[in-house]
This record gives sequence, structure tokens and C-alpha cells, in this order.
Amino acid sequence: MRTGTDTIEARNLTKRYGTTTAVDDLSFTVRAGLVTGFLGPNGAGKTTTMRMILGLDAPTRGDVAVGGKHYRDLSAPLREVGALIDANAVHPQRTAFNHLLSLAQSNAIPRSRVGEVLGVVGLDSVADRRVGGFSLGMKQRLGIAAALLGDPPVLMFDEPVNGLDPEGIVWIRELMRAFAAEGRTVLVSSHLMNEMALTADHLIVIGRGRLLRDEGVTEFVEASSDQWVLVRAERLDALAATLTEAGGRVKSGPDASLEVAGMTSMAIGRLAASTGAVLFELAPQRASLEEAFMELTHDSVEYQTSGTTS
Amino acid sequence: MTAAALAPVESVLATTYRAARFADVLRSEWTKIRSVRSTLWTLLVAAVLGIGLSALFSGLAANAYRTDSGGVRTNWDPTSISTSGLGIAQLALAVLGVLVISSEYSTGAIRTSLTAVPLRGRFLAAKATVIAAIAFVMGQVMAFTAFFVGQALISGDAPTAGLGDPHVLRAVFGGGLYLTLIALFGIGLGAVLRSAAGAITILVAMLYVLPGLAQALPSSIKDVVDKFWPTNAGQQITTVVRGDHTLPAWAGFAVMCTFVAIVLAAAHIRLHRRDA
Repeated sequence: MRTGTDTIEARNLTKRYGTTTAVDDLSFTVRAGLVTGFLGPNGAGKTTTMRMILGLDAPTRGDVAVGGKHYRDLSAPLREVGALIDANAVHPQRTAFNHLLSLAQSNAIPRSRVGEVLGVVGLDSVADRRVGGFSLGMKQRLGIAAALLGDPPVLMFDEPVNGLDPEGIVWIRELMRAFAAEGRTVLVSSHLMNEMALTADHLIVIGRGRLLRDEGVTEFVEASSDQWVLVRAERLDALAATLTEAGGRVKSGPDASLEVAGMTSMAIGRLAASTGAVLFELAPQRASLEEAFMELTHDSVEYQTSGTTS
Repeated sequence: MTAAALAPVESVLATTYRAARFADVLRSEWTKIRSVRSTLWTLLVAAVLGIGLSALFSGLAANAYRTDSGGVRTNWDPTSISTSGLGIAQLALAVLGVLVISSEYSTGAIRTSLTAVPLRGRFLAAKATVIAAIAFVMGQVMAFTAFFVGQALISGDAPTAGLGDPHVLRAVFGGGLYLTLIALFGIGLGAVLRSAAGAITILVAMLYVLPGLAQALPSSIKDVVDKFWPTNAGQQITTVVRGDHTLPAWAGFAVMCTFVAIVLAAAHIRLHRRDA
């Protein structure tokens, strides 16, 4: 395996289907040695982007390269890029072994490698069974085995945890972390923020085909998570006026409370004391990652809608 | 199934590798076609129809020759009669061609296939080569078997043909060649339409319905259809006695070749232009 230099680079990548723009001027670089989460709600354009990386769909505009080359120019693509896009994209009459063998042969990968990857994903006992009888979880494993056939420096997985049981989810998470630790480039898409928070080092967030964020998970959490302080007190209106005057962004919260942003709980407590207000509760709050992600993508959808109607 | 512990990704692969070649893709397509049941079934149906119906037609024709001294004796072509079942068996081989590509689309496997072989022309060429090789071998086995069985059934009742007689070897061998072209027509049609149902409908129309309907047309049109309709023209290579309004054997075969080449070119263009 060669590592370090193999990246995925998209420049102004755009895909239109008729009047619908599935991917809109997307530019990003996926770096080696990290798990990069490709995040967006369903229909955001993640799969379309991955299909363009693999040369399955031609971009309407823009360009994407793997290790500096277009996918179709790779002389043995499975040696360069391993991808799991659709676990069901196999002929149901074919056995797991023959499915992998046909893929290996097409890229001049030795036959012995088939048994090896079947072992890695734990399917060796069902190698001679027809794929049609496999559960979705088993098909996901088969798809991962296919991605590993060429021992490629670049790996791409589209929603890999779909259909996996909890053990399987932990397994694939560890697998992706291990690949990144070996120096491979790992791009994994998901519509679940919490899953990505556990797996990814870096995030590329898209909504409606547009790039929303391209940053480390830590930065994403700090930048996106709304922080505020929940305040309950006597004479709430007077306290609200005082806090607003002091620069806080105040709105009324549930059950006769205030949600105060832009001030620390320490500052609020001091202000309350100076005005003689009686505090019942003073609790710093932080939105969950999932909420932050939904807020982010929700905004992008709203922005798009108002943008087209105005 | 139980989740495997994270097995080490020890690899037998060298860090340098050779580029994939056409022969690698051929090997891969051969594995694909031999590893689905429908291949075996389709070939079995082809053999039963091709050899069985040829025998049946040979027996019936010989009987007619013996009992009826009229029409059946004019243009008596024992070679063509003994392989006439291939005209029905051709549908099975054409369907095999269709299925080889349409099943890639119906199962979604095309996306996996084109990820492994992004050169789409190479992918189609490998598939076509494998299907042509299978149809050629199968076609020759069927044609020669049907010929010998047919001659055995005809002998005693009517004049028979031998491989040493003029044009007979060409006609029998031509039966296998024609079936090869038909299978290629199937794969081309399957790639253009991407659907088995649509492609098979067109096949039946092309092979049987439309040439049949033409018989009801005024002879000025009918004669042209009989002569130049691709499958009619192509089948001239299987006859020893040339009928009215037909092309010479190899000229007819050339018409059929041209037609199949156009369909395959359309398939190639469509595979290139459209997203998988």
C-alpha cells in the first residue's frame, strides 16, 4: 500500500439533472491519514458526489481527481480506490466468492486475496453461498470486502453502518480508524452526526449540494454548538431588561425561564446579584452535535428556498 | 452472524502492481457468466430447441417428401431443413446476450462492474467477446449435431446431404456463425435498452413478428423485406439451395454483420454517454 500522497480533490464539482442541481459548485480536499466524514441530510448530494469521484456519473461542470488522476485513468482502479457505494449492487445468483473473484480478476489481483478479504470481514463461512440470501448486514460486509480487495490507499464508504447490528457498527468504526491510522485516505458518508462524531477526524458538511463546512470535528463542535444559559428567577422581566442592557441576547425559554446567549453564567450571576434579583436556576446549556447539524442544514435549506423565491 | 473481531489486514499484495489488461477483464466476465444459473438454463433451452426441433422438422419434411411428390420436392434443401430448429433456438441465445447486460442494470451490479472497469468500451468488448465465444461453440455444436441427426432421419425417405457436397459445410458452419451474431445482437440490444423485457420484446418482433407480417404486404415491399431484413439476409448462410428474392449466402451474412455492428456501436455510445 502506498500512502501519504493519495487524496481526493474536488474542484467546482457540479451535477445537474434537468433543472435540479444535485451537487452545486463543491470544492474540497480529502486528506490521507484521517477519517473524513461526509455529512449531510438525505438528498444533500453525498452519493452523487461519490459516484462522480468513481466516474460513474459525469460532472456537469468541475472536476474531481483521486491521487491527481481521473478515476477512469487509473490503470487498476481497485488497487487505488476501494469503494462501497451500494451494498445491493451485486448479482443475487452469484456466490460471495465468485462475486469477489470476478472483481479481483478484472484488476489483476491474485485469487488468494479473495479468501483473505472474506476473512477480514468475517464472511469466510458463507463464501460459497449465493448473495441473494444475504442479510443487508452481510451484504455490507461483502461490499467492504470488495473495497479492500486491492488493498487501496483510498477508501470510500457510503452510509456503511446501514443495516449493521451494533457489534457491526463498532467493528466498522474501528476498521475505518485503523485504515486512517495506517495512513490511508478514508471518506465516509453519513446522515447521522453522532455517528460521525465518534468516527471522523474531519468533516465535510453539505446541504442541498453546497458546501456548508469543511473543518475538524473539534472546530465544528465549537463553532456550531450553540451555547446559552438557562435562567430562572423572581421578577423575570426586570432581569431580562438588565441582561439585555448588559449585552446579552435574551429570549424566553420554557416554563417561565430565560435563555441567555452571549454571556457566561458567571457574568449573569454577578449581574443578578448587583440588582438584587433572586436566582432559582443558572444552568449553562450546549446543543448536542445532532442539533447543531440539523440547525446548520436546516438553515441552508431555508436559505436556498428564500433565495429562489425572492 | 457474529461480528468478527478486527482481523489484521495482512496483504499478499505487492506495493507495485501491473495495469489491468483486456485479458483480465475477459477472465472476469467469464467468471461472471459461468457463475449464474440462468446461463446454464438458457444454453440448455437453446440445445433442446435447436437439436430437438431440427429433428422434428427433418422427420416431418422427409415424410412429406415421401408421400407428396409436389411442392416440397422443389428447392429440396436437406441441409437447411436439418438445421431449421436453430431458427427457434436463436431466441434463447439472443436472450442470453440480453441477460448478460440487462441483469447488470436490474441488479445494480453495473455500478460495481464499472467501478472495477471504468473503461466502458473495454467492459462492453469483454462482455461481447465472452458471449460471442460461448454462442460460437454452442452454435457449432448445435448446428453439426442437428445436421447429422437430421440427415439420419431424412435418409431412406428423401435425398440427404453430406458435408462434402458443395456448400453444405459452409451452410452448417454458417448456422453456428449466424447464432454468434444473434447473441451479439442480444447484448447490443440489452445495452441500448438496459431492460430485459424491452429488449426481448424487440427481439421477438425483429426475429419473427415483423418478417411474418411482411408476408401480407404487396410483393414489391415483401420481396425487399425478404431479401434485406437483417435476420432473413443473415440466415442465407445456412442454406444450400438459394431461394427467390434472397441475397447470396455471404452477401446476406455481410448485411447481418453490418446490422449487428451498428447495434453494438449504439450500445457503446449509450454506455459512454449515460451515467451508470
